[in-house]
Amino acid sequence: MIEQTVFYIFSALLLLSAGLMITVRNPVFAALFLILSFFSTSAIWLLLEAEFLAITLVVVYVGAVMILFMFVVMMLDINLSALREGFARYLPIGGMVAISMALSMVLVINAGEFGLASDTVQRHGADYSNTKELGVALYTHYLYPFEIAGAILLVAIIAAITLTMRGPRSSKAQKPGEQVLVKSTDRLRIIKMKSEGADSEPEKDPLAESKLAQSEDITVKKESL
Amino acid sequence: MEWIRNNLITPLVEQLFPAAVHTHAVFTIETVFKIAVIIVPVLFTVAYLTYAERKVIGFIQGRIGPNRVGFFGFSFWGLGQPIADAFKLMFKEIIVPSGANKALFIAAPILSLAPSLAAWAVIPFGDTLVLADINAGLLYVLALTSLAVYGVIIAGWASNSKYAFLGAMRSVAQIVSYEIAMGFALVGVLVASGSLNLGDIVAAQNGSMVHWFWLPLLPLAVIYFISGVVETNRAPFDVAEGESEIVAGFHVDYGGMAFSVFFMAEYANMIIIAILISVMFFGGWLSPFQGILPDSVFDVPMIGTLLGEGIHWLLVKTSFFLFMFLWIRATFPRYRYDQIMRLGWKIFIPITIVWLIVVAVMVVTNMPWWFD
Repeated sequence: MIEQTVFYIFSALLLLSAGLMITVRNPVFAALFLILSFFSTSAIWLLLEAEFLAITLVVVYVGAVMILFMFVVMMLDINLSALREGFARYLPIGGMVAISMALSMVLVINAGEFGLASDTVQRHGADYSNTKELGVALYTHYLYPFEIAGAILLVAIIAAITLTMRGPRSSKAQKPGEQVLVKSTDRLRIIKMKSEGADSEPEKDPLAESKLAQSEDITVKKESL
Repeated sequence: MEWIRNNLITPLVEQLFPAAVHTHAVFTIETVFKIAVIIVPVLFTVAYLTYAERKVIGFIQGRIGPNRVGFFGFSFWGLGQPIADAFKLMFKEIIVPSGANKALFIAAPILSLAPSLAAWAVIPFGDTLVLADINAGLLYVLALTSLAVYGVIIAGWASNSKYAFLGAMRSVAQIVSYEIAMGFALVGVLVASGSLNLGDIVAAQNGSMVHWFWLPLLPLAVIYFISGVVETNRAPFDVAEGESEIVAGFHVDYGGMAFSVFFMAEYANMIIIAILISVMFFGGWLSPFQGILPDSVFDVPMIGTLLGEGIHWLLVKTSFFLFMFLWIRATFPRYRYDQIMRLGWKIFIPITIVWLIVVAVMVVTNMPWWFD
């Protein structure tokens, strides 16, 4: 009874936030509604007792991906009227694509395909660890697909980094390894110079003259590294 | 707990609710009661942590710190200061800037405090003293600590101010960077203990002080603590509110209670980080005298309870790490922004990855003392 109520609350929240995400005008609000829909999905997965997937969804999408989205969306000045142009014109094609996608998902991802007819689903005890089961499945039965997917992701990361590298680096950057090895003699040079005042201005009063003669002017030169 | 359930909650529920929902009602009220038992001391600690901070930093800098506000005409070393501060902030007006987004402006402080309070649900205070004994406790903590950044980023954007936005950007970039190192440190704990349940992690460190994970996971423990300082935006990594450059960073436009909720969130996060380090690397509620003193000592009435395992050791360890936070703040100058980024990406992440491999080898080879 309570579980069903919670399920319907979160499903309604999920549909509402997903709908608002694509209709709301402000892109920052759209990103926030997407976050809310991730949360609702995560809550539904928790109801299924799939705690690993539920929390991973929050960690990965809400905690990392969406933060970067927000970062970008907040700094962009998106012209909304240009984006909204031709909504009616593209609606039939877009609608057909959406319906066909929904249909194919219903056909492929349904309970029957996963052997989950309602009589075979059973509830596990409190000591059943969803995380452990997933780990066992991933590292035994699906080891090669898992490793290959990881390698593909790594290639994508390296490719993304390479795309941002354009030629040799022109900006200045600090090299802390060199900085810590620097001695004071590398930065400062103390030069002893003869006093200029004593020769050029002899007609000053004798007291100041004698003081000037005693002191040696020390010029400190800074050398930038 | 049993006594409270049988003598207080059950009779109350029988009076108020129809018989059909009795068990649910008893469970709900009991859980709410437990939550109150955890949250009220946490908020009290938050208040007095601000007092401790001012006193400790005052001591380090040769000052006195707050020493005037007391109770009933006595100053009591200034112990009334946090209460007075709280009242002052509560009765101040919350000013919403005219260009701000009002709904998000008000929601931001709540979003930053809520995750740090929710994380307390899985913290084990003792063998059976835990609110939610869930299997994926470590993951839950990781998820909630990564959510705290939303309060900051939304506050920065909703204030519609350049300083606030710059502060939010700095804070988000540094939190996202250090979260990776923090996550890897948690993976190290997971590999060493073989469980995501925080209670099991403490149980895996049973033995003596050298069995605690701080020794085999020393680099990870240090990195986790420093990343924790970064995640809470504390000095020396507090560029998000660097007052010499951007006034007060993301909360520059906040005043009154809205500001103090941010303030509470920062201190609640500090306490969470300190208690998590104690649980994951320093044996949680386990006693440091275990394995040193003979077992018979722990059976002595009074002294045995004091020296044996219990929640008091967890509190002592947490207090020590909280003191470290204050000590670090009073000692180190602020990092420059590029130095923070370099430390996170080029030093911490490689070290954690290498040490993960070391830990995995130690576990696989059943290295004596810890993993045999």
